[in-house]
This record gives sequence, structure tokens and C-alpha cells, in this order.
Amino acid sequence: MTDLDQLKTDALTRIENAPDAAALEALRIEFLGKQGSISGLMKTLGGMSPEERQVQGPLLNGLRTETADAIAARKEVLENAELEARLSGESIDLTLPAPETPRGSVHPVSQVMDELAEIFADLGFSVATGPEVEDDWHNFTALNMAETHPARAMHDTFYFPQKHVDHTFDNAPNTRMLLRTHTSPVQIRSLVERGAPIRIIAPGRVYRSDSDATHTPMFHQVEGLVIDKGIHLGHLKWTLETFLKAFFERDDIVLRLRPSYFPFTEPSVEVDVGWEDVNGRKVLGGDGDAPGHGWMELLGSGMVNRRVIESAGLDPDEWQGFAWGLGVDRLAMLKYGMDDLRAFFDGDQRWLDHYGFSAFDQPTLSAGVGAKA
Amino acid sequence: MKFSLEWLKDYLETDASVADIASALNRIGHEVEGIEDPADKLAGFRVAHVLTAGPHPDADKLQVLSVDTGEGDPLQVVCGAPNARAGMKGVLGLPGAVVPANGMELRKSAIRGVESNGMMCSVRELELGDEHDGIIELPEDAPTGTSFAEYSNASPVFDVAITPNRPDCMGVMGIARDLAAAGLGTFKAPEVPAIEGEGACPTEIRIDDPEGCPAFYGRVIRGVTNGASPDWMQRRLKAAGQRPISALVDCTNYLMLSTGRPAHVYDLAKLSGAVTARRAKNGETVEALNEKTYTLDDTMTVIADDAGVHDIAGIMGGEHSGAGEDTSDVLLEIAYFDPTRIGVTGRKLGLASDARTRFERGVDPAFLDDGLALLTDLIVQTCGGVPTQVVRAGEAPNQPKVVAFDPGLTARLGGVDVPQDEQRAILEALDFQVAGDWQVTCPLRRHDIEGPADLVEEVVRIYGLDKVESVALPRVEGVARPTATPLQQVERKLRRAAAARGLNEAVTWSFLPTADAEYFADGAQLWVLDNPISEDMKAMRPSLIPGLLSAAKRNADRGAAGARLFEIGRRYFVGKDGASDEKPTLGVVLAGEKTARGWSTGKAVPFDAYDAKAEAMALLEAAGAPIDNLMVMGEAGDQFHPGQSATLRLGPKNVLARFGALHPRTLKEFDADGPVMAVEIFLDALPAKKGGGSFARAAYAPPALQTISRDFAFLVPGELAAADLVRAVKGADKQAIVSARVFDVFAGQGVPEGKKSVAVEVLLKPGEKSFTDAEIKAISDKIVAAAAKQGAELRG
Repeated sequence: MTDLDQLKTDALTRIENAPDAAALEALRIEFLGKQGSISGLMKTLGGMSPEERQVQGPLLNGLRTETADAIAARKEVLENAELEARLSGESIDLTLPAPETPRGSVHPVSQVMDELAEIFADLGFSVATGPEVEDDWHNFTALNMAETHPARAMHDTFYFPQKHVDHTFDNAPNTRMLLRTHTSPVQIRSLVERGAPIRIIAPGRVYRSDSDATHTPMFHQVEGLVIDKGIHLGHLKWTLETFLKAFFERDDIVLRLRPSYFPFTEPSVEVDVGWEDVNGRKVLGGDGDAPGHGWMELLGSGMVNRRVIESAGLDPDEWQGFAWGLGVDRLAMLKYGMDDLRAFFDGDQRWLDHYGFSAFDQPTLSAGVGAKA
Repeated sequence: MKFSLEWLKDYLETDASVADIASALNRIGHEVEGIEDPADKLAGFRVAHVLTAGPHPDADKLQVLSVDTGEGDPLQVVCGAPNARAGMKGVLGLPGAVVPANGMELRKSAIRGVESNGMMCSVRELELGDEHDGIIELPEDAPTGTSFAEYSNASPVFDVAITPNRPDCMGVMGIARDLAAAGLGTFKAPEVPAIEGEGACPTEIRIDDPEGCPAFYGRVIRGVTNGASPDWMQRRLKAAGQRPISALVDCTNYLMLSTGRPAHVYDLAKLSGAVTARRAKNGETVEALNEKTYTLDDTMTVIADDAGVHDIAGIMGGEHSGAGEDTSDVLLEIAYFDPTRIGVTGRKLGLASDARTRFERGVDPAFLDDGLALLTDLIVQTCGGVPTQVVRAGEAPNQPKVVAFDPGLTARLGGVDVPQDEQRAILEALDFQVAGDWQVTCPLRRHDIEGPADLVEEVVRIYGLDKVESVALPRVEGVARPTATPLQQVERKLRRAAAARGLNEAVTWSFLPTADAEYFADGAQLWVLDNPISEDMKAMRPSLIPGLLSAAKRNADRGAAGARLFEIGRRYFVGKDGASDEKPTLGVVLAGEKTARGWSTGKAVPFDAYDAKAEAMALLEAAGAPIDNLMVMGEAGDQFHPGQSATLRLGPKNVLARFGALHPRTLKEFDADGPVMAVEIFLDALPAKKGGGSFARAAYAPPALQTISRDFAFLVPGELAAADLVRAVKGADKQAIVSARVFDVFAGQGVPEGKKSVAVEVLLKPGEKSFTDAEIKAISDKIVAAAAKQGAELRG
């Protein structure tokens, strides 16, 4: 073994065994520093003969390179070990809870109203509103329910002491203010404002002086109104069918139309929808006459009474159409499974957490207007 | 309205099943709300013959009977009724039968050691009446072994909702006519007997109020006996839900329920002088048959004699002259009253009755004589007596309405093509007369027919609404545009933004207790209900905060650590012209803990006014308000903590929102624990969105050079609002200064008394070239000078 071989073996061994960065640096200086042993040998090359140099040059250069590489490799090993040692001391318990962000929610009534707006937008209906504190004329008289009309008895009306004259109408007398008992006065207001043809839905709060397990003095309705030329009962049926199918995302929604009576429509139609008993729950869909099925009353509707069209200042021989009124809370309950109407208006955070919707459940036609559980 | 099948068959010849009749009723617009078949309840009960009755060996009050059930050997039955005896016929419940009154299933059992194979039943046990003194005693000829349901003519009962437009169907006869038109059988008109009567009616009948009472017919029947009405009548009345009272009263009720024709019977002995239909006098009183006294006024029609009022016309008779046990001579009244008058009077008096329901909707004006004849016949048959001739005053409306009908309208409005001859047949079956030119004469009883649309309804409902086919609504021409109004779009954004920020949307009542509403009214005029459902729901809310605060309190009472609720809805005010002024508003209430105690954060952190500000600003931004231009000002309202609340304004007058901590007095008023934060955003005050309806944004021009940041620490007077300092700093060089932001506020050690240190980071945007040191120095000097005007000095 030559001296060079000896030197190389010795250097590589010591580098490999250097315990830390400082020792390694000392070795670097010892071998490769300006005064280092390998640097010293390199300096001897200058005094050699060309032949000698041709032999010794590559050997010495190789030694220097190998030593430098070994130092670099050892340095990386030592650094990794040091990092690992440091990180092992930085361990934290990630089973501990992270800071919480409160989860907000959208009320089912709002969610369903957004769904309605989306479905009906596709059918060309825009969204209209009207006052909740109404006058008697818009709520009743203009809808063909004069002061003495017996059908008024069907509406348990909340009254205010004040009276009011609506100057928009020549024929609107000084009438008493009340809380609207249905969304139908929006029919009159929208027809007067926008004229015909018109397609609107009007969701909103309505009020009846009634309170028990299934009735609250305030609830929500959505009115629908189409006035155009050549509109008939068949269009009404199609519209309601199309809407309900889209709302419940079921092709097998079956409607049953029954004659009924509302002063503001003629003919008047009550609409039942077929349901099926699924584990003791009424699930909409299917023919109500099939075994294990039944019908439930869902909404009132009909062809707008010509007197109503006249009330709004339009010619009933030119324009005709249909209207309906439907409980929004009830729709929400049927679709999303709530069973207590009164809980809708309590603001119980637990209920809102349970039945409320994520801010990102925005109903859209492309992603679905319903939010799955 | 309820009626039994046997009753219906008086007027309808039909073999249709109960299910078919129910389905037809629904189909033609008479909604069946229920069907009850008493035979179901009476299954297992039969007519039985008591052969022997002997004492029970171990009980004094019990007997041991041997009962023939009509088949097999006689059964041994133990019975406790005192009237049980050999030879009688009664009703036996066999083992397996369920007693209607208590739902108990009968079993073969031993009673005091003696075997009993069933139960002899009382009237009450079978729910046939209240009697419970003994077991039912049937006539001797009752056929032993017959099912009691069959023996007692138990007949299925329909409960049908009659819509207000169809008073003609508020009698079994009218329903039968409709069913016949729908093909369920043949209508059988009642046989009206011709009763001439003996002698003139001794009572004078007069009409002084022809407007309220156009027609008043009557007659006297002498020598009646007012006992109990016959079984068949009682059975039908009970099936209809009417309690039998006495034969005379039952006869009038029976006539009304059969034909829809109300009538009244007076005890002639209690009347004096002419019986007159007149207006009541103001303040006149009458005790009605419901034993309540009513004070009348001169808009009301009454029937009166010399002594006083005997009948609130068409609504309820008087107690004084009503038929009683010892009544022997009666005056019958069949009148036609003005429907509107009856409705107004009934509402004024708050008095509902079966007669009012029919009169105010309109009875058949052509059925006075027939009704009187039928009533006379019923009374004479059940109570005996001798009728006088009829006396008539006035005349009921007799001009039928004629509608010019176009049968093509059925398709155009009803959406179903019904052949013309079929339309004609339907209308004629409903008693309309259809002329060759389609002039349709309406029966007088059909007050609901106003025009051609009503005839379309008649045709379509009988022809079948199920035959109406769906027809697609034509698509609206043109490009789809937003169908929601700008306000609705803002509300939707706000709702989703608030939910995304962790707030729960609540829907609270629009009405509040008056005190709560007034506390938040700030002097505005409120809507206060005349007839609230409770005092807690009386005044329309002038703010969303009270409802949310109450909800937060309910949550706290249930143990919730905190509540973060919001609501989007209206506030209600009386507008200037007396109309409703409804202001769209968003309310937020933050109560209790913002963050629970935590392993890293320590104690629970309550909400503070800055949390309210954060919600206000974030939501205003979501609503598209220019939040950089808003001013934080005072006057959030008395309901707020005076030092921890503010308004956010766009310009000095336009308040977009208020926020902050609620006043401790407010919390006390609502019995809530504090602190509670609240926000209200006034959506009607938001400025309309700018942008000119274009989708394209302004071109993006990134600055060529980076902004540079400089910090300034000022000593300012303690009461100086940070926003004032920042506004001054920003205004120092509008060209160069992009923004100024407070990053430190400090008072205390090292800061002189009455002062605070406010540190502001200012971002400067260079123009074409980078700033020189001299330029930066010049801007800094301007900033310091501007701040000095607010009393700020640069800290050394």
C-alpha cells in the first residue's frame, strides 16, 4: 500500500466517522484547507518532472475530489440527522381540536323560496312582491270577495283599526287595513303595475288568526299567476305538474284535479297529489288510487275570475289565465321531512343546524334545485 | 254537512256503492271529508231473546240469563241490568265484538264464578244515546238473530264539505240532484202534498222591511203534541250530527237538512197581534234560543209581534216563543231573507247558526210554498194537529238569470272539448234550461251563476276534470333575464353571505308584544292589531332585533352557550298617507360566547362590538355597498350601549346600518343575559348598484412599480377617533397615498395622561418613476402636518 493509499483510507474513514458538523469542518481544514495535508501534496506537483507529474497528477486530483465528495456526503448525513433530531422535539398532539369556525345555515323557507324562483325562472315566471299590511280592497274586494261575501268567513283575518284609500284606483274605497290572508293581492298589484301578458310567482308571509298543532298565525305562501291570450285549464295542469316534478325531482308525480270554489277563480280547482306510504311516511309520487297510496290536498287554483281581471283594469274578453296559491312551509315539510310547523318560527339553533341548509346549497338548474340530505 | 246513505236514497235512486258515491262527490266538487259506517262498529252485536233469567248464586245484583241468539243452543250470559228479564228482546254482544263506547273486546269469561258468553248492551254502550239505566229493550217482533246493524237500519254516513257557493247543496236533496247529473242514479223530487188547510190563518203576517225580508209565508197548526220525534227522524238527525230536541224543532231541522230550507216554528200562545218582519230598533234586545241575549240595531231584520222581537230573522229564533213541551198551537214561518243582510247581521252579532249559513249564501226562492207544505206534512204526521190555510206576505225573487253561453268557451277556458249535445245534457240535468241559441236560463236556487265561466265550470266538473289534458305553456320568447328584482338579488346574496359567515338564519314572527315593539319604535307610528291572537303577537315589528333577541334568549334558556342568528325580513310602519311602509331589513344578534374556552385560547370569549362591526361591514360589502366610503357615526339608538354602538352612513344623512352592544336596559327589558351584540342593515337605504348594466369590468392596469410602506406613530388626544386620524393621513396626498391602516393603539406607560399612541401604516404608490428620498420626505411631512391638524404629534 502506498502512502497515498494509506492517506486516502485514513481520510475517508475519519470523515465517515466525524460525529458532528464541527468535527467535519476540522477534517476539511486538515485535509483540504490551505495548510491541509492534501492541499500540501497538491503543491508538490509543481516541483515534479513532467513524467512524474503525469502519473501523480491524476492520483492527487482523484484523492482531493474523493475527499471533498466524502465530506459533502457526510455533511448531508449529519445535517439530516440534526434536522430529524430537531423535528422530533417539535412534535405536537394533533388529536387536539383545531380552532372551530361556526357553521351557519339558510332557513328551509328561504331555501325553498329560492328553489321555487329557480324552477319558475325556467318557465318564464318572474318574482313579484307586495305589502303584507294590506287594505281590505286588495285582499278581498278586488278578488271578488265583497264585504258581505260568505267566503270571507274562510279567512280568519287580522285587522288594524286604520282605514286607507288607494288612489291608484277609482273604485277602491276607503277600506280597512289588515294583514294579508293570502298572497293573492299581489295578483292585483302586479297586473296593475305590469299589465298583461304576465307570468309571476309571489312568495311571502301571510297571516291568519289561527293557531293549533298544524296552523301558525303567520306562514308562507307562493302565489302564481299567468295572464295571456288563449290560456286554459290544461296549461294550469301542465304548469303545476311540471313545477312539482321539478321540485320533488320525480317523474311520477300525479295530480288529481277536483272542482272547488274560490271567489277569485272560475272555474276553481283544488289540486291533490298522489302519495305513497313508505315506512309510515307519506312520500309524494305515484297514483293516489293505487294500493298503499293516497291523495293529499296540496293547493287551490283556477282560471282567474273575469271580475278580478276587471278589477286590475284589463279587458277580460281579451285576457285570461290562471292562478294558484300554495303553502311554502308545507312544501318544505313534504320535501325535507320536518313535521312541526311551529318549530319553523322558533329560532332554535339546534333545529336550524339540523334542518338548515349550507350557504353553498344555492339551488341551480345545473346542480339541482334540491339539496340532498 | 253529514248525511246517511238511506237519507240520500230518498232523493236518489241508485245502486252505486258507498265508495262510488264518495268518489263521485269528490269528482264533482263536494269534497268527502269522511265516511263512517256504523255497521262496522256494530259488528258482532245481534238481536237476542232472553229465554230465562235467574239469580246469580254469589251476587245479589247480577242475574244469569239464558239467551237465544237465533242459532245453536241458547247462551248463558251474566247481566247486571235491573230490567233484564225472561221474555224480553235485547242486543247481545258476542265474544270478539268490540264495545263502541269503550273499545273493550268482549270475551267468554267467568263473572263471580259463573260463565258468561257475551254482554247484553245498553244504549250508551253502543253509542246510540246517553241512557244507561238498563239494557236496550227491543219490540217483541224484533227478529231474533238478526245483526243489530241491519235491524237498526245503520246506514253509512258521508261527511261532505259544501263550498260557500253551493247553498243549494246544503240539503240532501241538492246533493242528490248533483249526483244524478253526474250519472250516479236518478233524481227523485220530493212528493209535495197539497194541503189546503182548514180556515184562514188567524195570525196576521206583515212585512215592514221588504228589503230585508221580501217574502214571509206562514200558517198555523192547532192541536199539536210536542213529544219526541219518531225514531227514523232521530236516527237521521243523529247521523247528521244534530241532537234531537223535540218533535217540532226536529221537524224544522229535518226539513232544513233534507232540502236546504230553514224554517221556524213559534208557540202561538206566546205571540200577540200581527207578526211582522221589520227592522229592529236600536238597543232592542232578544234572548235567543242559545239562551244568550243580543242587543240589536236598526240595520237588522227581525220578526216581532206587539210585545217584542221573537226571531233574529234568518239567524236564530227567540227563547220566549220557541216550541216547548206544552206547545199546542204553532205558527210556521217560511221566509226569504236578503242574503247580505243576514251576513252583516250575523257578523255584527257574532252569531253563527245553520240557518244563517244557508240564508246568507242564498236559499231557493222558488221553494217557499213547497217547503211550507213539506213542513206542515212532517208536523202533522209526527205531532198531529190541524193546519189552517197558508198566509203569504211579499214575494221572493222570481226572475231567473239568463246567460248567453258559447259552448266553445268550454274548450277555450276549461281546456277540454265537450261535444255540444253533451254540454246541453249536463246543464239540463242540473236544471238549467238551454234554448236553441244557447241562452241558458238558470234555476233560481243557483245564486252562484254569474256568467259563462260559471257554466263552463258546471260542464267541466260534471264531464270530469280528470279529462283535462296537460298542455305545455308556450316558452317565453327572447333571452332569459334575471327574474328576481334587484332587492331580491341583494337579499339572496346577503342570506348566503351571512350563512357562510357562520350565522344561522331564523324566521321570527312579524308581530311582537306591544311593549317590545314600542321599545324599538323610536317614535314611529306602529301597526297594532285590533284582534291579535294573543297579547304577545299584537304590534307589527319596527325592528328585527327584538324577535332575534327573544330567540337568542330562548336558546340560552335551553342551555346554548351562544347564539348567532340573522333574519332577512320587513319592518312595518304606518306610512305618511296611511298606507303600509314596509322596509326590507337584515338583522343580526350575537349573544353569549363567541368562542368557547379552549386548550389554546384559554377562557371563553364573549362577543364584542367589533364582532358586530365585522358582520355589518362584511354584509354591507356582500350587498355591494361602497364600504370604503362609509362613515362611522353615532346615534345607533337608545336601545344600544351609548359608548359601544354606531351607525354606518353613506353621507351624513343616509344610514345604511347600525351595530354595537345592546344597552343593559334593553337586556333587562327582554330579560336576557348580556352582553349581546346586534346589527341592523337597512336594505332600502343601500345605493343602487353602479356599472351601467355592462358585464365588462374597467381595464386592469397593474402599477409598473411596487408600492412602498412607511409607518408613522402619533401621539393623539385620547378622545380622537382613529378614523379621523386615518382620514387626515389619507387626505395628505391623494395622488401618492393608496391606503392608511391603524396597526397599533396604545395608552398607558410611556404615553402621557389623556393621550394615546396610534400607529399608522401608509402605502405609497409611485408614479412613472420610483420615489426619491426627497419626495418621500415631502410626503411624510405632509402626512405629519395633516395629522397635526387633528392634534397628533409624531412620536420621537
